[in-house]
Amino acid sequence: MTTQPVPATSQVGATGKRVDVLAVAGRYGALIFLIVLCVVFTILQPAFLSTRNIFNVIRQVSIYGLLAVGMTFVILTAGIDLSVGSVLALAGLVAAAVEKGSAGLLGARAGEAHGYGLPAAIGAAIAVGLIAGTLHGLAVSKLKVPPFIVTLGGMSVWRGAALVFSKGQPISAFRDAYKFWGQGMIGPVPVPVILFLSSAVIAYVVLRYTRYGRYIYAVGGNQEAARLSGLNVDLLILSVYIIIGFFAGLSGFVLSSRLNSAEQVAGVGYELQVIAGVVIGGTSLTMGGEGGVFGTVVGILLIGVLSNGLTLMNVSPYYQQIIIGLIIVFAVYFDQVVKQRRR
Amino acid sequence: MENISKAFPGVQALDHVNLDVCAGEILGLIGENGAGKSTLMKIVSGVYPADEGQIYLLGRPIEIQNPHHAQQLGISIIYQEFNLMPNLTVMENVFIGREPSRFSFIDRRQLQQRTQQLLDRLGVRLSPTAIVRDLAVAEQQMVEIAKALSMKVQVLIMDEPTSALSETEVQTLFNIMRELKRHGISVIFISHRLEEVRMICDRVTVLRDGRNVGTLSAAEATEDALIRLMVGRSLNEFFHQESAAQAAPKPDGAEIALEVRGLTRKGSKLDPSAIVLDNVSFQLRRGEILGLAGLVGAGRTEVARALFGADARDAGEIYVDGKLADIRTPFDAIHYGIGFVPEDRKAQGLILNQALRMNLTLPSLVSLTRFGFVRLAEEARRVQEYVGRLQIRTPSLDRVVRNLSGGNQQKVVISKWLMLRPKILIMDEPTRGIDVGAKAEIYSLMRQLVQTGVSIIMISSELPELLAMSDRVVCVAEGHVAAILDREEATPERVMRYCTIQRRQPTEEATVQ
Repeated sequence: MTTQPVPATSQVGATGKRVDVLAVAGRYGALIFLIVLCVVFTILQPAFLSTRNIFNVIRQVSIYGLLAVGMTFVILTAGIDLSVGSVLALAGLVAAAVEKGSAGLLGARAGEAHGYGLPAAIGAAIAVGLIAGTLHGLAVSKLKVPPFIVTLGGMSVWRGAALVFSKGQPISAFRDAYKFWGQGMIGPVPVPVILFLSSAVIAYVVLRYTRYGRYIYAVGGNQEAARLSGLNVDLLILSVYIIIGFFAGLSGFVLSSRLNSAEQVAGVGYELQVIAGVVIGGTSLTMGGEGGVFGTVVGILLIGVLSNGLTLMNVSPYYQQIIIGLIIVFAVYFDQVVKQRRR
Repeated sequence: MENISKAFPGVQALDHVNLDVCAGEILGLIGENGAGKSTLMKIVSGVYPADEGQIYLLGRPIEIQNPHHAQQLGISIIYQEFNLMPNLTVMENVFIGREPSRFSFIDRRQLQQRTQQLLDRLGVRLSPTAIVRDLAVAEQQMVEIAKALSMKVQVLIMDEPTSALSETEVQTLFNIMRELKRHGISVIFISHRLEEVRMICDRVTVLRDGRNVGTLSAAEATEDALIRLMVGRSLNEFFHQESAAQAAPKPDGAEIALEVRGLTRKGSKLDPSAIVLDNVSFQLRRGEILGLAGLVGAGRTEVARALFGADARDAGEIYVDGKLADIRTPFDAIHYGIGFVPEDRKAQGLILNQALRMNLTLPSLVSLTRFGFVRLAEEARRVQEYVGRLQIRTPSLDRVVRNLSGGNQQKVVISKWLMLRPKILIMDEPTRGIDVGAKAEIYSLMRQLVQTGVSIIMISSELPELLAMSDRVVCVAEGHVAAILDREEATPERVMRYCTIQRRQPTEEATVQ
């Protein structure tokens, strides 16, 4: 659980910090727990550690992961986005429709094998996400409606839009080029895994080493102080909703590709898994400006490993939900204890 | 009250204060900001325990354990910020926690009757079933008074009850206070407005630096006498040295660094008639420290915020170096070379959960960025430079600022503006809540800055500090500039007089009484 972002590491070694067990546990708690889990599962079920299974685990959570990378930006500004699952569904349907030229608004061209091509399909999915994100961001930053409310409304609006758009019918069966993005492999690595991990690396670098990243932490930590330091707080807040919109749109496309079908019920409940991953990773839901993408990746992997390992051990998915819920509460409790002790 | 003392870490808030109130008397309690009025009243009403001293009520020594206990004993306090539940009705507020009940259900009829009786006794026309949120400020105050009466109050403390009231409302309040007095209730009336104090009080006690410096009868309590008691301390040695060192007079013909013309800000949407800033104009010369004096709430901070673009203004122009400056946001102000050290460093100046270096470079990050990336080595070098120059005591540049002491936090806030090399620095209460050593360091830093041509606008509630540091003093009262005094003219008495001036003269009817 990364509790404090350290925007720059160059000084840490030089100033000679003593090794503080609690601080290490606080910062890397989730990571340590992840490693322990992997070791335990490997002992109990050696098949767990195979390359194939490892990539399988990451692929299973890669959609959550993509969304969680975006969600980290939002939660760092002390915001939240509940609409990701709905935006994802609409984006997937739009991508599929553009690909096939066959449904909803494009219904006139039903039956044709190819619509407007793959780049247009990906672009359309992302455009849907960007539009939704921009609208949410404007409502939060300009109209000052709490993010929870804005995106709760968005959750309903975009799900409804997905139903209207698809008339309740899924759009299925794509060409191989389309399916490649959700099902393909580059070497031993599944494509969604590459998308997830590369997004995470870029986000990590942005948050940690760029001016924009600093500003996100500043706005999350204290909006008024950030504004009085000359930051354009409204624009920064708008930007994080656009970022999560981008990831919701991209995920919608990737999920439709992976399932070979775009459905209006896709992504139901994803927001909870995603927020769980971010929170387990140590990004604070209440404070803003605390946490980061590294923790989010760990948190998401933790959810993946737990569910994969438990499945390998024949634990029912029903119990898995109970266990993940308990871990969320425990992770936040642990985080608080560490912070209090360090003060 | 005898020999009441109270110390907070680093401050002796009250030093053996004696205070007595007779039954059926209105006692005025005045003093500068920070003189100890609020602390004393909080002790009487059971919020803080006293370190020393004894409180007597009707001749009997009492030990007040908590605010609830104080109320049971008959001591009630009405704060500036009311303690009402805005979503409940008048009667529910008056009897909150003590509702008359029948069969463990609230007896609404009795609740309403008893509230009505109290309101009638006060001569207030208010419905017991009105929702408090919908009431005007003055009416809410009446609810507070009714609540105190319902608890069989013997001593009623009112902390600046008139600050949010209009002239007629003040008269209504005074009539009610006289009514309470007739019923043998003692009222302690805390106010900054000397005229009001003289109008209503039987005696006036003046606190200064946590001591009772005198109690005057209504006849003795002329405005002059009160002001003399309030500011009576001689400026201490430290400031004398400061003044001497700084005595080199600034040439009158020095360039004007900043000019403010007609700055006006109306009140909130709820109360547009209230004017926060009324046609404020002044000039700031290059290399001078201009002090903004005024009582809390007079509009000093509002001037600074409007000038920095932190609050919108309804009218007024700002000129920087003689040219009209279009300042609408803090970003604009920074562009014109203005820095702003806000009064509340934790809420407005710092991002508490972030590292020192991040806080320090936040406004100047643009100059430390290449292709969007922060140049970390260069940043560390610059931060280290300011940590050294201002002697910020921290174990590392990555220290989270929450864990720094108040003085070091304030130095971080100041450094973050210095790094931008501002031409104009606004400092709102730059020494509030920091220790003496850090204060001295900040004073000497301010003098260094003006010598290099920076102009400073300083706001402070500590009059001696303000007078010692400022080349000129702008007295702000009720949102307008009451006077601008040169260093030689700015005696504590004169500044205090201009700051306590009431613009709206009391009505004739009131003066007669």
